[in-house]
Amino acid sequence: MIAMEREARALGSIVRRNFHLIRRYLGWEVVFLFYNIVNTLTIGLIGLSLPPSQRATTVVYLAIGALLWNFLSILFQEIANAVSWERWEGTIEYSFMAPIHRLTYLFGVCLYAVLYGLLRTMVVLLAIMFFFHVSIRHADWMGALLVLMGSVLPFIGLGLMGAVLPLISTERGAQATQIIQGVLLLVSGVYYPVSVLPMWLRWFSYASPATYTLEASRSAILQGRSIGSVAGISLELLLSGFILVPLGLWIFTSAERWAMHRGTLKRNG
Amino acid sequence: METDVLNQALALECHHIWKVFSNTNHHGWHRIVTKTEAICGIDLQVPRHQILGILGPNGSGKSTLIRMMATLLIPDQGTISVFGMDVLRHRMEVRRLINRVSVEASFFKKLTARENLAYAAGLYGVPNLRAQQEATRILERLGMPKAKLVIPLENLSRGQQQKIAIARALLTSPTLMLLDEPTTGLDPTSRREVQDFVLQVRAEHDATILISTHDMQEAERLCDRIAIIDQGRFVANDSPTELIRQWGENRGLEQAFFRLTGRDFANEEESL
Repeated sequence: MIAMEREARALGSIVRRNFHLIRRYLGWEVVFLFYNIVNTLTIGLIGLSLPPSQRATTVVYLAIGALLWNFLSILFQEIANAVSWERWEGTIEYSFMAPIHRLTYLFGVCLYAVLYGLLRTMVVLLAIMFFFHVSIRHADWMGALLVLMGSVLPFIGLGLMGAVLPLISTERGAQATQIIQGVLLLVSGVYYPVSVLPMWLRWFSYASPATYTLEASRSAILQGRSIGSVAGISLELLLSGFILVPLGLWIFTSAERWAMHRGTLKRNG
Repeated sequence: METDVLNQALALECHHIWKVFSNTNHHGWHRIVTKTEAICGIDLQVPRHQILGILGPNGSGKSTLIRMMATLLIPDQGTISVFGMDVLRHRMEVRRLINRVSVEASFFKKLTARENLAYAAGLYGVPNLRAQQEATRILERLGMPKAKLVIPLENLSRGQQQKIAIARALLTSPTLMLLDEPTTGLDPTSRREVQDFVLQVRAEHDATILISTHDMQEAERLCDRIAIIDQGRFVANDSPTELIRQWGENRGLEQAFFRLTGRDFANEEESL
């Protein structure tokens, strides 16, 4: 019980630390948020260039892609960059020599990433609603939310795998995480159906959890498919998370051990 | 496990530690791997309640050794035990007993001292309120005004940051403190305050302290024993008085250091 309480306190302190950091880097946050909003609106505006009969649907199709990608990429980035951030600040050794399970540390980072990602995505959503005045009468918002929640776990798993790169390569690891993110963006059908991809790329899209998240969210919002019909996909996403999270954790702890052998946990000194 | 700690006579024991680092450099298409022997067969025993100083020139292996004791680096060979527990097999238990202050005060620089300390204390399961009270008390003892706690770390001087780093380590009441050049870069007054505090911590908290330093006076003042390290090997390990008598021709610790390592710190700094 005492051990649980200790781990819970540690978890809370990691989440609190990250929110404190947002406050201190508020200028950056404003810039990121501004870019997110402008980027999403720009993508949505492509829909307005189409004939009137297709406009509303296309705008929503693109906006869903932009919003979900916004959320999932924040989730992935925050987790994958946790190591780079700590290394940049010079605190990695202090955080990693604390008597807490690595799972607690990473879960703290993930919990913050989910909360922060939701918060930022909500702001972008409000901007879209205000700008486009699009109403979706038959949308099943609860179904879309269920799918989104289901996709959190597999993306955490991918983020944990991405976080390994800065541990392995002190100089280029952080940049390498962008490659994973870029590939996911290309193959997951964020702004187009995956059917337009060449066949060899389509195989990658089947492996990306984002593909299923986007497909199911769009069918819930655009076609108003009931919670029941998207529950299966949500469950599949959740199950893939149960595989990807332990796998990501195993890869992370193995990489940490490797870094502790090589002396690359900290870059200098 | 914690009751066993109280019964241990030795706070720290290193048995035949080796650590070799590989560095890879690219020259065109060629990949050149060089190996550096950082620690070569170090044996060490530190009884509880002792202050052991590690003296050595830059790059002699002081920080590497401390990192291995702090569970941050895995030795290639040998074993390290803290209060009888192997640092690799009982990593979590060992981490609860130790804390470390490094030469560079590593913090989230945009956060205030209070926020940094709350984070550090939280990681060790210390309740936030207790941590804040304790931090204020420690920092007052170190001559740091309370008002400094709410200023971002980047706006504090190097000495003030180092005092906060010491407070951070003490917040968790470590039984073994690993201080890696804690007074480097501090002015004489701050240096003296930190040294007094180290002695007080040992007296009040039953702590064992391992301190690496470049400062001969500091080593002489604080340490019960001093181990001199050079090129990853201990070349001497004795009380300051004995070291001065045997190697320093009764002219001081610096003379002993010079004779044992074949160089002095001034030459070392010039060569860097």
